[in-house]
Amino acid sequence: MTPRTLEFELKTPAVDSSGRLIAAPLGVKRRPSESVDDDFGAEHMLVNIGPQHPATHGVLRLVVELEGETVRRVIPHIGYLHSGFEKLGEYRQYNQIVPLTDRTDYLSPMANNITLAMAVERLMGIEITERCRLLRIIAMELSRIISHLVWAGTTGIDLGAYTPFLWMFQERERVYNLQEAWTGARLTTSVARVGGMMADVPDGWEDQLRDFVNTFPNTLREVDAIFTRNAIWIGRTQGVGAISAEDAINWSLSGPMLRASGVPFDVRKDRPYLGYEEFDFDVPVGEHGDIYDRYRVRMEEMFQSTRILAQALERLRPGPVNCSDPRVILPPKSRAMSDMEAMIYHFKQVMEGIRPPAGEVYQAVENPKGELGYYLVSDGTAKPVRWRIRPPSFINLAALPKLCEGAQLSDVIAINASVDIVMGEVDR
Amino acid sequence: MTVGLPEVRSAHGDEVLQAAGDSVLALRQRFGDSIGNARESSGQLWVVIANDRAHEILAWLRDDPGQQFNYLCDVTAVEYRDPELPLEVVYQVRSLPRGIDLRLKIEMDPEGDLEVESVTDLWAGANWLEREVYDMFGVRFRGHPDLRRILMWNTYDEGHPLRKSFPLRGHRSRSEQTRNALAANPEAHYTLEELSIVEAYHELPADVRERLVREGRVAQP
Repeated sequence: MTPRTLEFELKTPAVDSSGRLIAAPLGVKRRPSESVDDDFGAEHMLVNIGPQHPATHGVLRLVVELEGETVRRVIPHIGYLHSGFEKLGEYRQYNQIVPLTDRTDYLSPMANNITLAMAVERLMGIEITERCRLLRIIAMELSRIISHLVWAGTTGIDLGAYTPFLWMFQERERVYNLQEAWTGARLTTSVARVGGMMADVPDGWEDQLRDFVNTFPNTLREVDAIFTRNAIWIGRTQGVGAISAEDAINWSLSGPMLRASGVPFDVRKDRPYLGYEEFDFDVPVGEHGDIYDRYRVRMEEMFQSTRILAQALERLRPGPVNCSDPRVILPPKSRAMSDMEAMIYHFKQVMEGIRPPAGEVYQAVENPKGELGYYLVSDGTAKPVRWRIRPPSFINLAALPKLCEGAQLSDVIAINASVDIVMGEVDR
Repeated sequence: MTVGLPEVRSAHGDEVLQAAGDSVLALRQRFGDSIGNARESSGQLWVVIANDRAHEILAWLRDDPGQQFNYLCDVTAVEYRDPELPLEVVYQVRSLPRGIDLRLKIEMDPEGDLEVESVTDLWAGANWLEREVYDMFGVRFRGHPDLRRILMWNTYDEGHPLRKSFPLRGHRSRSEQTRNALAANPEAHYTLEELSIVEAYHELPADVRERLVREGRVAQP
């Protein structure tokens, strides 16, 4: 059999790192060093996946080097959704940044909103009210549930299981209804404000949530029944895309990706915020670091989230949602019109905005995708000098070439799905 | 707020902050003048380190059995609005076994030569983070295996977007930017790494070929 070659030329020439053009025709031929025999597998082939491809979960482009079916190298290209959120944040006041956070990890918007508010509050030394704290925990755990539901559903589709996707998206709709009742928006919630929340939950909301908490585990158990001991699911996921604990730490993985490899680090337990240390929940930790363990970790996290939600609902008492600090929360209109001091605070907040002292803070939370960190640097003005997002899915995605070493081409789709990326956050 | 270390430790009874303060003391003992000011903000500690020994310091923090900062949380940069203040490259490191965090900063003249040594040999996770800092701030990382733009496309030539000298809406008009972005057609470009996979290798410039061979990214011809 003669070696197959396929010659084609690029329309635009390639460019090296200094911007110089390299006029080189591309041809898929075999490498001189690997001409062992004439079989098809000796050819190295470049396959381009994406950016417009449903299995890349957004606008991600993967250039894959193949030797037959075996993946030799994966080179991800990102940036198609780059919106310059960090730059925009430097031109906005703190509460105006909240809508930007919705659009980074848009699968868990409420958790992002709250992280930003927490970072500013920590910078200013503000104590939030008890009801606000519990509402924030509820919002964060709901975000975890809907994000993991999207992950499990779409990963199932990638591996050929369509039905569980429908079950999970039905449950997700119920959470979206709750978000809509609370904030008026299903996706871009913008629920947090520095020092409190945009609003208290409406009447009857807690009962709806209680209903969700009581019935949601049933769906989860159905999904568990159809996936966990399913021969096809096990065959496609066990031992695929595995990474050891040492490598996971070396690649700075976080969240379920890190825990599936056996590293029991969870920001909620190890750097507690919002009083998570008072709640009774377990952190699932995997053993093999493969796709199957990531699936098990995320499934268990959803069960644990419902436990936290039930405990938070039990503790939730009526009370004020916003703190009474006049630097960040407007005094009531009646007081602003009658009391001189209240009027001054009202004026300063409206005209100048919230002004944290000069300083910096790194606020990390356990987002569904991993450790989300907002690093804020303030110079004492109403707008941050730097608002850095530590994007968990960007850093987890960086390990994709490592995870795909020696895998089959069809495994690349499964491994990429298991990383749980959201391109809005990867590209920011 | 600039404070001496003993004050930091007495002002905050917090154990984590104290452990981080101990690490800074150990750093100062070992590296002397290469360790600059240590400051505290919002209960977190950061310390300025000298650019020329930064890699050595980070390697020591990672490998010393008393320190064990084995997890690189983040690499980023900060440029202040005040042009007198230095541009900072910021490393957030964490010790998973000891449960403490530390922030290290390298200060540089924003108008000067922005170059630091890459830590990709210590933490593989630094690869993309350093590429992002290069893309957004123009800081070059010596020894980085693949220092390319990451969020902007490879032929992007307007500069580094997160620099304060870069206007919010870019240097050029909206229509020109749109034209450039459409003409960029990034799917038609392949990187050197990708070119090395197929047979285009022999047509690459000699210096590029040499680099690819040196880094073991291409089979020896």
